This record gives sequence, structure tokens and C-alpha cells, in this order.
Amino acid sequence: MSTMTVKVRVWRQPSPDKEGRLVDYTVGNVVADMSFVEMLDVLNEQLVAAGEDTVAFDSDCREGICGSCGCVVNGVPHGPGTGKTACQLFMRAFTDGDTLVVEPFRAKAFPVLKDLCVDRGAFDRMIAAGGYISANTGAAPDGNQLLIGKEIAEKAFDAAACIGCGACVAACKNASAVLFVSAKVGQLSYLPQGQPERYRRVVRMVDQMQKEGFGACSNEGECEAVCPKEISTLHIQIMQRDYLRSVLRGA
Amino acid sequence: MILDGKVPSGPIETKWNTYKDHINLVAPANRRKHTVIVVGTGLAGASAAASLGELGYNVLALTILDSPRRSHSIAAQGGINGAKNYKNDGDSIYRLFYDTVKGGDYRAREGNVYRLAQVSVDIIDQCVAQGVPFAREYGGLLDNRSFGGAQVSRTFYARGATGQQLLLGAYSALMRQVDAGTVKVLPRREMLDLVMVGGRARGLLCRNLISGEYERYAADAVLLCTGGYGNAYYLSTNAGNCNVTAAWRCARRGAYFGNPSFAQIHPTCIPESGTHQSKLTLMSESLRNDGRVWVPRQTGDKRNASDIPESDRDYYLERRYPAFGNLVPRDVASRAAKAVCDEGRGVGATGRSVYLDFADAIKRLGEDVVRERYGNLFDMYQHISGENPYQAPMRIYPAIHYAMGGLWVDYNLMSNLEGLFVLGEANFSDHGANRLGASALMQGLGDGYFVIPYTLGNYIGGTRLEAVTTDHDAFKEAQDAVDKRIKGLLASKGGKSVKELHRSLGRVLWDRVGMARNRAGLQQALKEVTGLRGEYQKNVRVVGEGQTINKQLEYALRVDDYMEFADVLVRDALDREESCGCHFREEYQTEDGECQRNDAEYAYVAAWEFKGRDQEPALHKEPLEFKSAELKQRNYK
Ligand SMILES: Cc1cc2nc3c(=O)[nH]c(=O)nc-3n(C[C@H](O)[C@H](O)[C@H](O)COP(=O)(O)OP(=O)(O)OC[C@H]3O[C@@H](n4cnc5c(N)ncnc54)[C@H](O)[C@@H]3O)c2cc1C
Ligand code: FES
Repeated sequence: MSTMTVKVRVWRQPSPDKEGRLVDYTVGNVVADMSFVEMLDVLNEQLVAAGEDTVAFDSDCREGICGSCGCVVNGVPHGPGTGKTACQLFMRAFTDGDTLVVEPFRAKAFPVLKDLCVDRGAFDRMIAAGGYISANTGAAPDGNQLLIGKEIAEKAFDAAACIGCGACVAACKNASAVLFVSAKVGQLSYLPQGQPERYRRVVRMVDQMQKEGFGACSNEGECEAVCPKEISTLHIQIMQRDYLRSVLRGA
Repeated sequence: MILDGKVPSGPIETKWNTYKDHINLVAPANRRKHTVIVVGTGLAGASAAASLGELGYNVLALTILDSPRRSHSIAAQGGINGAKNYKNDGDSIYRLFYDTVKGGDYRAREGNVYRLAQVSVDIIDQCVAQGVPFAREYGGLLDNRSFGGAQVSRTFYARGATGQQLLLGAYSALMRQVDAGTVKVLPRREMLDLVMVGGRARGLLCRNLISGEYERYAADAVLLCTGGYGNAYYLSTNAGNCNVTAAWRCARRGAYFGNPSFAQIHPTCIPESGTHQSKLTLMSESLRNDGRVWVPRQTGDKRNASDIPESDRDYYLERRYPAFGNLVPRDVASRAAKAVCDEGRGVGATGRSVYLDFADAIKRLGEDVVRERYGNLFDMYQHISGENPYQAPMRIYPAIHYAMGGLWVDYNLMSNLEGLFVLGEANFSDHGANRLGASALMQGLGDGYFVIPYTLGNYIGGTRLEAVTTDHDAFKEAQDAVDKRIKGLLASKGGKSVKELHRSLGRVLWDRVGMARNRAGLQQALKEVTGLRGEYQKNVRVVGEGQTINKQLEYALRVDDYMEFADVLVRDALDREESCGCHFREEYQTEDGECQRNDAEYAYVAAWEFKGRDQEPALHKEPLEFKSAELKQRNYK
């Protein structure tokens, strides 16, 4: 198999309170079947051999489902192409001699911890602010007692597919998290189980989003374009409608 | 020592209910006085932490990852079993129990498996109530698919992302308890030691993965929900952070390790493409519902798949196992794939893969139906391999996937160390020598939602627990030991990277303790592992510093533990002079190459006690009795 050499300019930042900068490296022996994060592995092996600290980046499943990995490659969250995470970006997307500029997901609500690792704890706090159905263990009725039409189940799944990676925030010029919040709000409000808490949920989650310092939505659609699960901005409309309704109702 | 599984007496159908009727309870107002640490927030940990929080316990939940939602369970694709019999095809609790015991080749504990089958029904209901978007039929009823080792359709699924949806359900229940103030989640923390006080598990020491600081937590019980150790083999289908560290550190504190050599090899994974590869990607077993496995009939047939006519193809699973066909259990399917490749009939550039072909399914059902059932798996295959599976068959090969082995636990899910409970993949579990598909999700959630709330209450309610704080000497001793290890590794500036040495270890385990094992090979492996362990100590190179995020250091600590753990893994395979499930000892096979069990001598759980580095571990046995599922030679023909 033929190999290529790429130049990688990576954001290096030792800790949240220190300055960061882009550092240039050359990575050889890159093959088309390698994923982008495997290319970073190769770079890190080079650094180990040279006795230098490796580039810190998060990754876990390496199959596009856990949402751990994520960085901006040549200005695009998760890099070129659609419907995939950085771990599912393959080097066949690049050619020999290309330069890859690699930066962390940037947003006020996602402080950089080190190099490409950011703190996405705000996402957990938004889910804790009502992104659930209150169903105590052991108290559930039979699963078939509630009939849910196939279309509804599919629609809920489409929203529930969100992996919480944060690319939507990184892509948005306002660093808004509405796609993330609306995916959860949408999933639960399409399902009959989610109705009792529907209005309370949307208000609490949206309020938490604002508290975390995410920006407002100005309908640019950048979020949908980079979303690895291609979550639709239609959920945002549902969320905004529900939010308005609950504010009007005084929920 | 003969170990007692503490299975309640009485008929198998009533054991669990009778148990629940007679256990100790903790009064609601007293629960918040008890702190419980849950290590790991996958399906087992998240469901346990959420349920215990709901009951009112004060819960701390740790995970290595930056959010509980990212835990490895998220990657499960195919589905979860539940004995609902919604399909009216003859399923029942007994049948799920029987299939699981038989699938595990009669090396699991009957009482536990029966209980698992019983609670499987409640799991589905619980998940639906949380808003898990399971697949539905047009009429609104829950849909099912079939999985290996069963002749009924009892697998519930959410497209090809069942684990994701179940974990997000458990995670939302967990975050609800965070909201309620009963659970505190501690992300980016790695448990590096268990703290024992007065002979009981009373806390742990972990490293804050951001600051590098040591943190001590005291509790009345510790629940280990830290997943499986497949990554000991270097390449596996597991997520990168899966490890044996938490379990192994408990083993070093005296917890017995059960059946460590029972590592499942999954038949349908995307084959290895080069040394850069960091993981092997699973193609869900559900694909075997509609995909047909084949290789060319003749060795050395290099034609394209589409140029090989039906008459020159060998659908070897359908041929050898007509009753179960492509849906034989994983161990059987994996060995069959290895056999045809060993014969020289494998396909692809390396000859180490077989076809999984959807052409017939596409003809029968249409491309749209196939896309609806497996769309995301097909996309993933195409992303990774660059080939379009709607047009040409997938190429697949077996890979390490799941650990049936794990810390030994009794019926209460408590290890031999009082106060240390082990749930999910981390325990030696209900799957014997081979796990059936869609049963790990079931077990993780069964343990967390429906078993531990009772058994933990029984322990806390029935035990006098002295107050323990983190000032206790035992915490200091643990911290000093961890600090010494970390400083030692950081000072190690040898000639090989952690990855290189890990890869070497993986090679030994895959070659000698993989799909086929034999005495000479295992003895050789034991020597090689000892050699590698020594080399690791002398020659590993770890870069970076301790007081910051240092993924190399995290990795170095985990590989250090694999190096010790591999020894007991090999010894276990050597000790078991029989073939069962995933453990295929070439010396013990039937005429047609199937596993030959030896029930008279090996119907036991092997529980290994750590005796010190480079010392032989001690073997303890828990004899297994089969009263409800008759001991038989497995037959899938
Ligand atoms: C690709 C794939 C597909 C699968 N598909 C299916 C399927 O369709 N059906 C099925 O039934 N099963 C399936 N399985 C198996 C199943 O997913 C796992 O067995 C199960 O999810 C394990 O759950 P768990 O909660 O025990 O552990 P995990 O989900 O592995 O969680 C472990 C947790 O422990 C944490 N942890 C580990 N060590 C430490 C430490 N030292 N300190 C702190 N935290 C720690 C981790 O961060 C994580 O939070 C699949 C497995 C794979 C790999
Ligand atoms: S590592 Fe899990 S999505 Fe990339």
C-alpha cells in the first residue's frame, strides 16, 4: 500500500491557564485506511521516540458513537466530509503533502484543558436540568401497553441519535448549543412517555443552556452541516415552539 | 478452598422471590447515611447508581471518561434480550435461561442465570418508560429480531445503536439523580486502588485525570462496574479506555479472579488492515439474520465474489449446522471461520477473512428494507473499508470482543471481599464459557436496576459498619503505593513505547490463548508473558508529567496491569484440560472438531487468588451443579 506524508499543525496548550500555540509536525507513513485519530497516534509515537510530551486528545470507541473525539481540522469540526466523527475520518480524504491544521473545539462554555481536550461538562449539566423522563426503577408498565407508531419511534430515534460530541457548538459562530438541547427535547416530546414533563423540561434545559454561556441561535445551520449524526435543525423549531408555549402558560 | 456461590435453596423458579422476601432492609431515612461508590458508568454502573440514588443512598459515581454517557456500553449495536414472548414463538423465562446456560457450554451458575432471565422482562419495560426509542412495528408494538444460539425472536433493538439508546436511558436516570442531589458524578477519574479497612472494602484511591492529583473516597460499599478486559489482547472491539486495572487492583487486594481465560471472540468484525490499526470494528451479530457467510469451495480461488457462481461457493455454516445455520453461537462461528481460512479458502488480500453476503436479502427484501434494518452498520463498514456492502459482500473475521471472565462474585454479586460488589462485564458473570448475543446489555442492566438494589441493602442492613474516614492509614498506604508506581513509570526512559510492548503482549495472547489453544503453546505463552513483564519493567518509555492530563501515563499504568494479569489468564487456560465454549483446547475435541467438555473434572468456576508478582497464583474452585438444565453435549446441528 502506498504511503503519504502530511504536515500537521496542532494546537498545543499545557493547561487551561497557560497560553497555547500551533506547533508544526511532519507525519510520514500515513496510509489511506488509517483514521485521523490513528494518524495522531502515529504522531504521538514519534513524540514518544523523541522523548517529548504527546498531543493530548480524547477518544474512546473509535467507531463514531461515544462522542469523545472531536477537534477542528482545517476549520471544520471533525474535518472534511459529512456524517462522521474525527475517528471516522479516514486519511483517504487527504493527499500526500497536505497540511492539516488541528485545533480544539472552541467555545466559552468548553474551556480547553490541554491541547485538544476540552471540558464539555456543560452538556451533562443541561441533561441534569430535566433532560430525562422521571421513571423510577421497577415501577414501569408493560412495554407494549403503550402503543407507539413506527413513524413516531423513528422520529424519536433520529433525535436521540445525538452523541453529545459538541461539534455543533464548535461550528456555530455564536457557540450555541441549541442543536444538542433540541435533540433531547425533541426525542422526549415526540414520545408519549415524555409528555407529562414536556414543558417544564424545555424551560429548565434552555435556561441552563443560557447559564452555561452558550450563545443564541441565529439560524445559520452550520450545526446540522457538521453533525456526525446529521441531526436536523427541525428539532430546534419544535424546541422554540415548546419553549414559547410554556412561557406563555407560565410553566 | 471450595467456594460457595450462596445460591438460595428451593426450586429455581422461586429462589429470587424467596430471597427478596427474607433479606435485610435499610429504612428509607437511614439510606442517605450510607455512602456507596460506583466505579464505572456504563450500563451496569449508571443503572446501579441511578437506582440506588432513587432509593436514597448517597452515591458517588466515577468514570475515566469526560461524561458517563461515553462509556463503552454506548457502542453496543445489535440488541438486548428479554423473555417477553411477544412473538408468540415459544419463548419463556425457562427457555432464555436454558439457551444461556447451554450457550455458555454449562460453565455458568444456574441460580444467577435464572434470575437474569426473570428480570430480563422488567428491563425492557423500564427502558421503554425512560423513553428508549426501541424499534416498533407499524401497529405500535415492540419489534424483535433473532440472535445467535436461539430459535426464538427475543431481541429488542433500536436500529443498530441499541447500546447507545439504553445507555442514554440509564444516563438520563443517573442525571436525574444528580439533579435530585443523591448522586455525585466524578468524571475523568481513574480508580487505582481499593482500600480495605477491617477486612471490608471501604473506599478507593483514584487519580484525577485532569490535575493528576490523588483523591480518596470512603464508603460503606464499593461497586465495581468497570467493564471487560478484552484490550489485554491489544486489538479488540472494545473502546480504547477499557481496561483491567480496577478489577486487577482489587485482585491484588485479595479479590478472586474468575475464569480469566474465557475471552469471547466475535465472528463478525472488519478484518485487520495494517499495524497502524488501533481497534477492530464489530459488525453486529444481527447481520447474521439476513447475511449469509461463505468462502469459495476451492482453495486459492482468487476470483471476485461476484464472479464466483453459486456452485463454487461453500456456505459452510448452513452446511455444517443446518438447524441454526448462520445463527450458531459466536464461538462456533468463529472457529469455523478460522478453520476455512486455515484451509486456505479465506478471502481478501491476506486470506484471513470470509464473506458476509447480503445479495439474497437485498433480492428478497429490497435495498430499502435492508437499509432500514442495518443502514448505520453498512455505512460504518463503508467508511472504514472504503467498499460498498450493498454491492459487494462484506469481508469479516473474528476478533476479541467480550470478557466472560471477571472478578468472582456470589449470588449477591459480592466478591469474596466483603463490601466489594462487581456488576456487568467486570464480574465473571452469567455467561459461562461463551456469551450469547444481546445478553451483555441484559446482564449489565439486570445487575444494576434489579439485583443490586436488593443485595446491597441486604449487606448494609445486615452489617455493623464502623465509621471510616479518608484519614485512615489504609488510605495513606494506598496513596503511597500508587504514588511510587507512578513515579517509577514516569522515570522509566527505556527503549520501547507502551504501545509497542502492549502490541507484543497482544500478539502472544491472540496467537496462543485465542481461538485455539494447546498445552505446549500455553506453556510457551507463560514464558513469553513473563519475559515481556520483565522487559516492561526495564525498558518501557513513558513521557510527560504526573500533574496534568497525561494519556501516556494512564496507558502505561493499564498495560502494567495487563502484564501481570496475562499470567493468570494463561494459567487458567492451561489448567482447564477440556474444551468448552470459547476455550478450545485442541487436545480435547470431538470427531467433527467440536468442543469436548469434561464435566467430571472441570464443571467448576476457576477463581484465582493473587499471591504476589512473579508468584504462582492459588486456584480455588466453585463446583457447578446442573439441576434445571441437563448437562449435554451442545448441538447446533
Ligand atoms: C462493539 C460492541 C458491540 C456490542 N454489542 C452488544 C449487543 O448488541 N448486545 C449485547 O448484549 N452486548 C453487546 N456488547 C457487549 C456490551 O456492550 C458490554 O459487555 C457492556 O456494555 C458492558 O457494560 P458495563 O457497564 O459492564 O461496562 P462498560 O460499558 O465497559 O463501562 C465501564 C465503565 O467503567 C469505567 N472504568 C473502567 N475502569 C475504570 C477505572 N479504573 N476507574 C474509573 N472508571 C473506570 C469506564 O470509564 C466506564 O464508565 C457489545 C460490545 C462491543 C464492544
Ligand atoms: S472516539 Fe468515539 S466517537 Fe470518536
